Amino acid sequence: MIAPDGTPPVIAVRGLCTRFGRTVIHQDLDLDIAPGEVVALVGGSGSGKTTLLRAIIMLLAPVAGSICLFDQEVVGIGERATFRLRRRFGMLFQQGALFSSLTVRENVAVPLREHTRLPARQIAEIADLKIALAGLPADAAVKLPRELSGGMLKRAALARALALDPALLFLDEPTAGLDPVSAGAFDDLVVQLKESLGLTVVMVTHDLDSLWQATDRVAFLGEQRVIGYAPMRELIESPHPLIQAYFAGPRGRAATLRSRPDAGGG
Amino acid sequence: MTAQPPSPVGITPAVVEIGADGWACAGAWTLDGIPGLEQRLAGLPAARCCPSTGSGRTGVLPGSVRLDTAAITALDTSGALQLLKLIATLEQQGSRVHLHGLRETHRELLELVRNRREAAGALTPQIKTENGLVRLGQATLLHLSSGFLFLSFVGEAALALARVVLQPTRLRGRALMVAIETAGVNALPIIALLSFMMGIVIAYQGGRQLEFYGANIFIVELVSLTMLRELAPLITAIIVAGRTGSSYTAQIGTMQVTEEVDALRTIGIPPMDLLVLPKLLGLTVALPLLTLFADALSVFGGMVMAQVMLDVSFQDFLDRFPRVVTLTSFMIGIGKAPVFAAIIALVGCYQGFRVRGGADSVGRQTTVSVVQSIFLVIAADAVFSVVLGGVGL
Repeated sequence: MIAPDGTPPVIAVRGLCTRFGRTVIHQDLDLDIAPGEVVALVGGSGSGKTTLLRAIIMLLAPVAGSICLFDQEVVGIGERATFRLRRRFGMLFQQGALFSSLTVRENVAVPLREHTRLPARQIAEIADLKIALAGLPADAAVKLPRELSGGMLKRAALARALALDPALLFLDEPTAGLDPVSAGAFDDLVVQLKESLGLTVVMVTHDLDSLWQATDRVAFLGEQRVIGYAPMRELIESPHPLIQAYFAGPRGRAATLRSRPDAGGG
Repeated sequence: MTAQPPSPVGITPAVVEIGADGWACAGAWTLDGIPGLEQRLAGLPAARCCPSTGSGRTGVLPGSVRLDTAAITALDTSGALQLLKLIATLEQQGSRVHLHGLRETHRELLELVRNRREAAGALTPQIKTENGLVRLGQATLLHLSSGFLFLSFVGEAALALARVVLQPTRLRGRALMVAIETAGVNALPIIALLSFMMGIVIAYQGGRQLEFYGANIFIVELVSLTMLRELAPLITAIIVAGRTGSSYTAQIGTMQVTEEVDALRTIGIPPMDLLVLPKLLGLTVALPLLTLFADALSVFGGMVMAQVMLDVSFQDFLDRFPRVVTLTSFMIGIGKAPVFAAIIALVGCYQGFRVRGGADSVGRQTTVSVVQSIFLVIAADAVFSVVLGGVGL
């Protein structure tokens, strides 16, 4: 279901300014994300990746600028419109943010109960399916978040983000703290979901392997705006000093080599 | 066809129809389209599930079924689940299912859902056969063990205190000062207001009776002794239990959740030394002072009421006050405060360390902390009354 070129972007950010007190996070930031794309937001610590994500998902009101989700302006919209929009995207928080008093199945069922009028048994079935889709064993459904390991927590949180079959998925550091095998499986899962569901995925990540494996385009944040926005192959060629510093370190080179054995003089 | 239930605007509900040459699925097989699908499926006659053979009503019919999915306009994972369930039901009835007209993207999605469900395996059923008696026993054991755990916590705190007494440099001075400020100084306004009002209430209620007998001047004994000996220490302790004890539990509990307590241990700071002792010592200092403050304000409240209602002037009140209030009564009131303080601080900290898991546990232990400390404070007060009465004070 990847839309042909020329369709309006799923996310369109124009002239975004955000501030915490007197600290300017973003100044005149523009960003377009097309349907069916997997886009990563990268940048050094404190470059405002998570803040941009929070502004897009309406958790943080920008000082100025406009943000369109599904062709609808979200800055300053009403409660009902917000509720309808929230039905169409899922968010995976950095720490999982699972409700600690609920089991994994109940956690996944929360958005389903809130947004659909399905009977409880069917909701439980769908919740179990999402848990399976996220790559968890069926037994995890009846566990409480505190009984799960870090990697399982991430997957359970992904299951909740996927609960409503959203068209748009936000991931905040999805592979941070995962072992390489789980992280790789997570990337595969994102790609698989994108291809079969036509998902648009926006992720904040520092995982260079994820950037190579899973993304279509990468937006590099720095100097309070997007200083580079291109597929990884092109982005690493960018002469901008911040981008060079980010990708030219030993880790960056190693990830490049792993993904493109032809490059980097190898 | 059965009547279609209302659906969100622009969504054609998922339907299954039985045609001449097999089954046909149509509509949006998505989260918005599937409500009501199960009822519609249940409404289909079981015997007709294999129209090609069309015989009998046993529902276990051999043969193959053609499932036409070309008219499915949209499919998501929830819809795929329903489709897989339909296929599974048909297969259970002994038919081989042939899918027709499934789009490539939909086929991929169906495969993804099928594979992931298989990979997840089946849920092992939880066996829960606990009757009331078992639960009663478990609850009893739990309460007994938590009593012992609290005693061992008190013991640990006492040992830590002994270490500090032997080696005073271990005491965290700054944490102690912060504890005194937050539990003591910051509580002054609320203590002032509430004890002033308590003084007014006691004087008003008692004063009406005294006026009746023309014994107005005895308002001094009434207010002063009630307040200094009993009410001021108790009210102060209860306010502090609600205000400070709960914050101790919430703070230590949240630190427990975010692994800060473990971080302290790995750095080599015993949590007892940093988190418990300063609070225990700080509150033991602050609560008697707060009680003294409450004594003064509540007697002042009584004085105001005596002046307004009983024509007992401030001068008369203060003349009589030192003659009727003995040092013993005053000291008994103040002397209870450190005991109450120890109860509040120990219960608050202990419940904080009992927090396991996340936010809901913090809330639960905070409630338990406030209820237990108020209960124990009142119980201790009762013990004081009995014991002090026994020795004739």
